[in-house]
Amino acid sequence: MTSTERVYGYFPGCTLATTAVDYDASGRAVAAALDLELREVPDWNCCGASFPLSAENVMNFIAPARTLIAAQREGQDLATLCAVCFHVLKRSDSYLRTHPEAADRLNAFVTEGDYDGRVKVRHLLGILRDDLGWEVVRRHVAAPLQGLRAAPYYGCLLLRPEAEMELDNPEAPKVLHNLLLALGAEPVGFARQAECCGSTLLVSAPEANQRLSTAVIESARSAGAMIVVTACPLCKFNLDRAQEGLPAAERLLVAYFTQAMAAAFGLAEHAGPVCPLQAAA
Amino acid sequence: MRVTLDPEALHGPFVREIEAISEQNLLKCNQCGRCSAGCPVVEEMDLLPNQIIRLAQLGLETVIDSQTPWMCASCLMCQSRCPKGVDLPRVMEAVRQIALRRGDSRVLAGRVDGSLLASAPQMAVIGALRRGER
Repeated sequence: MTSTERVYGYFPGCTLATTAVDYDASGRAVAAALDLELREVPDWNCCGASFPLSAENVMNFIAPARTLIAAQREGQDLATLCAVCFHVLKRSDSYLRTHPEAADRLNAFVTEGDYDGRVKVRHLLGILRDDLGWEVVRRHVAAPLQGLRAAPYYGCLLLRPEAEMELDNPEAPKVLHNLLLALGAEPVGFARQAECCGSTLLVSAPEANQRLSTAVIESARSAGAMIVVTACPLCKFNLDRAQEGLPAAERLLVAYFTQAMAAAFGLAEHAGPVCPLQAAA
Repeated sequence: MRVTLDPEALHGPFVREIEAISEQNLLKCNQCGRCSAGCPVVEEMDLLPNQIIRLAQLGLETVIDSQTPWMCASCLMCQSRCPKGVDLPRVMEAVRQIALRRGDSRVLAGRVDGSLLASAPQMAVIGALRRGER
């Protein structure tokens, strides 16, 4: 396969289209730099932002199924950036493939067509590692993130459940570490790197959410990190919010992995909080 | 905590309802406690995750009054570490669903702080409120 043939359907999701446009823009920019063509899936809708956990609730699969059907029509793998979209779409695909009765009921309600279970839902991190390889990423680095001690924060839904997500081992993940190494940064493992930031407790129990996110930040800080790198817009929001009361100089910056890539690739306009740190490191 | 056991309840409608919604066999759990040991939200809970499943096994409907299912962030830490393969987040969801079907929701849009709603990522608002509806 030549580089020009690397075409993927792309699902931005609700948050990347609105409050996390910097994640979307930096993701598209680094993909273009790597000759990965991301074609936005036509007429997509929100994935539902939560994987349905009750057996009886087939209706909750309609939102992700519509997008899976749209991707199926395009005939490419479906690439995602948001960790939660990846989780919901990947597990919905897995559920509908292994529960034919639920799929039949669902297909009866969706007018766009039947989902045949042939879409491969991918996360950009997996595409970088498995389709390109870290060596190719390394070759695109124009400004190595030398001396940048970056804490790779995986959170919860990007990796779990391991058998369905098929991305990395949730007890000892490596994919973000290896990306940061390829970018020339110094990955800093920390105790809470695969623990939850609080997720949607932000809305239902904000004080508890604050304590959970603070614990993640303190864990990264005590490991010596200068920056936290994430793949989830909700993780980023929660970790930033947890530090709102701190003086600016004491805050641990949080960046998307795509912003770290943009900084290393010399795409400064998409590097977000990584750029000033890169200069200081 | 004082608990009264009813042998009928062990196989009663409440246990059957939880098992039907969660698609989990509650008796697979042997109370090793690994779920509670790894849960990042445990300090916010009035009952430990392993206590929720123990009470549910015994058919004790008091689990519905607990804050624990609503504090569960569905992060799947317990699910991925359970040596018996119990999907505890699905049991938590089943308890929430039963509470919702009885008209008891702890997540209501009208109660959420307005400034938070204005700034929070859409995914948080949608994800949280979907847990609060039937």
